[in-house]
Amino acid sequence: MTIQKKSGNATALSRRNLLKVGAAAGGGLLLSFHTPSALAQAPAATPYVLNPNAFIAIAPDGKVTFQIPQQEMGQGVYTSLSQLLADELDVSFDMVTPLPAPPVDALYGSPRSHRMGTGGSQSIRSFYYPLRQVGASGRAMLVQAAANQWKVNPATLRTEAGQVIDDAHGGRKLSYGELAPRAAKLPAPQNPKIKDDKDLKLIGRSVHRLDAVQKGNGTAQYGIDVRLPGMKFAALSASPVVGGKIGHIDSAKLAANLQLVQLDDIVAVIGPDYWSAQKGLRSLNITWDGGENSKLDSAQIWKELRATSEQKGVEAVSFGDAARGLADGARLDAAYEMPFLSHAPMEPQNFTVHVTARVCEMWGGSQSQTGAVAAAAKALGITPDKITFHNYMMGGGFGRRLDSDMVVKSARIAQKVDGPVQVIWSREEDTTQDMYRPAYRNVMSASLSPKGRINGWSHRIAGGSISVRMSGKPLTGGLDRGNVDGALDNVYGVDNYRVEYIQAEPRALNLGYWRGVAPNNNVFAIESLMDELARKAGQDPVAFRLAHLDKTPRLKAALSQVAQKANWGKKMPPRWGQGVCAQFAFGTYITTIAEVEVGTDGEVRVHKFTSVVDAGRTVNPDTIVAQLQGGLIFGTTAALFGNITVKDGRVQQTNFNNYRIMRINEAPATDITVVKSIEAPGGIGEPGCSAGPPSIVNAIAAATGVRLRSLPIDRQLLAAKRSV
Amino acid sequence: MVTLSINGQPHTIDAANDTPLLWALRDFVGLTGTKFGCGIAQCGACTVHVDGKAVRSCQLTIGNVGNKAITTIEAIGETPIGAKIQKAWAEIDVVQCGYCQSGQVMSAVALLNRTPNPDDSDIDAAMAGNICRCGTYVRIRQAIKNAAKSA
Repeated sequence: MTIQKKSGNATALSRRNLLKVGAAAGGGLLLSFHTPSALAQAPAATPYVLNPNAFIAIAPDGKVTFQIPQQEMGQGVYTSLSQLLADELDVSFDMVTPLPAPPVDALYGSPRSHRMGTGGSQSIRSFYYPLRQVGASGRAMLVQAAANQWKVNPATLRTEAGQVIDDAHGGRKLSYGELAPRAAKLPAPQNPKIKDDKDLKLIGRSVHRLDAVQKGNGTAQYGIDVRLPGMKFAALSASPVVGGKIGHIDSAKLAANLQLVQLDDIVAVIGPDYWSAQKGLRSLNITWDGGENSKLDSAQIWKELRATSEQKGVEAVSFGDAARGLADGARLDAAYEMPFLSHAPMEPQNFTVHVTARVCEMWGGSQSQTGAVAAAAKALGITPDKITFHNYMMGGGFGRRLDSDMVVKSARIAQKVDGPVQVIWSREEDTTQDMYRPAYRNVMSASLSPKGRINGWSHRIAGGSISVRMSGKPLTGGLDRGNVDGALDNVYGVDNYRVEYIQAEPRALNLGYWRGVAPNNNVFAIESLMDELARKAGQDPVAFRLAHLDKTPRLKAALSQVAQKANWGKKMPPRWGQGVCAQFAFGTYITTIAEVEVGTDGEVRVHKFTSVVDAGRTVNPDTIVAQLQGGLIFGTTAALFGNITVKDGRVQQTNFNNYRIMRINEAPATDITVVKSIEAPGGIGEPGCSAGPPSIVNAIAAATGVRLRSLPIDRQLLAAKRSV
Repeated sequence: MVTLSINGQPHTIDAANDTPLLWALRDFVGLTGTKFGCGIAQCGACTVHVDGKAVRSCQLTIGNVGNKAITTIEAIGETPIGAKIQKAWAEIDVVQCGYCQSGQVMSAVALLNRTPNPDDSDIDAAMAGNICRCGTYVRIRQAIKNAAKSA
């Protein structure tokens, strides 16, 4: 099975060509009907229509192709969304091939946002019922086609593994491949019945990933693997300071067979292969005019963020009277700080673009397919319909590829190049030209009753706004909802609770969405403060949380379970500790206990995570485990090592030697339990990232008595401290 | 102009001698399974075998390969241990984004070539040079152990 056609055969990827392939294959079913997705939870005012024609094609030999609207970047969405379609359509999973859907919002936009985009742990939450409906509609049409042929009532027929079966007539059968041409001409059921839970064969089962084999044998194709006839390669260097321009270029040493492309803020060298282009770029002597931002450094950025965080913010949520609650009881004030972070996906940014007179064709991986097209169209001064975009699997997204800056830069360079050109970021360029996770400062206060009940809670979040940077528009009323996510739910049921936000832009850095998004900050702040409050109240951190979780029963159950699984409170060696974190984020409840050892030199070793995850209904439980395993490590990498710093307006970290990523010898063991549930599906790509770091700092406090209120962990504070 | 033995076939490559093997494989030979990750031997995505040993192809220039035998991810499945590792990888769904996994597989095969029954510290030593940003380490460790145990 091929997941992604090779670039030379990229024609198979576009909708136009899907139709062509279907026709060429002799009339395979291309379902063409509209299904009101009543179950999609779309706003009533904007009825959402899914067009299954866009999703399912059945060839005469019974092979099924699914156009998957969400992008595969490791989270397993090609597989899980295929499970939804295949189960309801009733086809064998080994007959299924997922392909990336072309960029058409009207066909593939999310039922929630009406736009294509893979982020915010939304894929299963948005498509769980709509894609099941699409599959069920297709099945009903195939059954009707068989009923027409046999002249029987369709209600007497059943389906199994790609066949319609007539038990009343000796079990005669027609295959989906045979039925497809006639089924395609039938009217579509408008409200097909989806399967009862007991009849599900794939949904809720840990089937193997559809991309597992190709990704293990080197045949999986990413954007960087695109190869086109006559394609050239580009190495680029963009202004190391945000807003800066080229000052002067000395190109005397540039080899004659290379092309120099000079744009306002970008220098690129084009060559027949990437190494030649890189060498050419290095042969240049470039001076940059950094402008105002080149005066900025980390000390200044943090000074401004801290000052801003002490001002009054805009209210995001309020229960009761936080000020009155805080005045009552023993008060605790704390500020928690989170650093800027880089995404560092393993596949460096790249895009392949061919610009000819008035049209553009491009190849690459984007989390925002139609966003990439729109951005390229704007940069080239053409309309989006002049752009053909072949989307590819991504070697890591993590939010980085929600942005289209790499598309725009590649298109601008391609405009100056004759023929297709693959623009590849060096690792250094990828690290220093990122859209960084914002730094945050959380100013928090809480008060405790004599019995250890939280009376009041106040949380002010200060940080830069990604939505402002992406949209170019100021905030409405000063509130960035994206930055308060994970702080609004008041899972601990505090009577007097208030959350504020205040915008603080770093200017020297562009900000972007980073896996786990705002809950990375807010869960860290909340769960750190909860631990500090427990200790102030003289209570066990798990018992203290449980006592406050009556209004959040699923989190309470998951916390009780994880405490039992991890043998919470067990005796630990000196300078070892357990720490806990309980969170509700992206519709999913996760509780985690970390076991941590702090060396006398201050080095922190996370030995184990025990987690219980309640993500509601699951599609592929093993994918949930995998996403949590990976998310915990992603978050732990940040907690232990992640810190982007700025000097003279330039990012100082450049590659994996100074922007450290956790390695296998440092990775914790994981013990993950997925709760069985019939609740609405929750997200899982993002929330694992925020689940680990609070449990680590809480475990460090248990091991050493040292409370860390900022990340990454400060080894100097932990060195030579005595264990408690 | 250099002639290299790649996956058992001679390939004449019209590139400068200082071209790293990684870019010769990807841009001249068309073998894109070997991945570019960092360019400074920090991540292991570009790992290939040279005479059976795991080597970072971003650091080995084609002028320095000589007549040594190069094996890439595209052909490692034809070796018994390569096939065993790839089967073990698929059986427990190790991969996520998959971009680093060519290098992970090549390092794992090299490990089993010299240490048929590796313990945790052997795995740490052999695999610590391969970064996986998705964090599939728990499964990589398990898959190596499963492969070692399999016939």
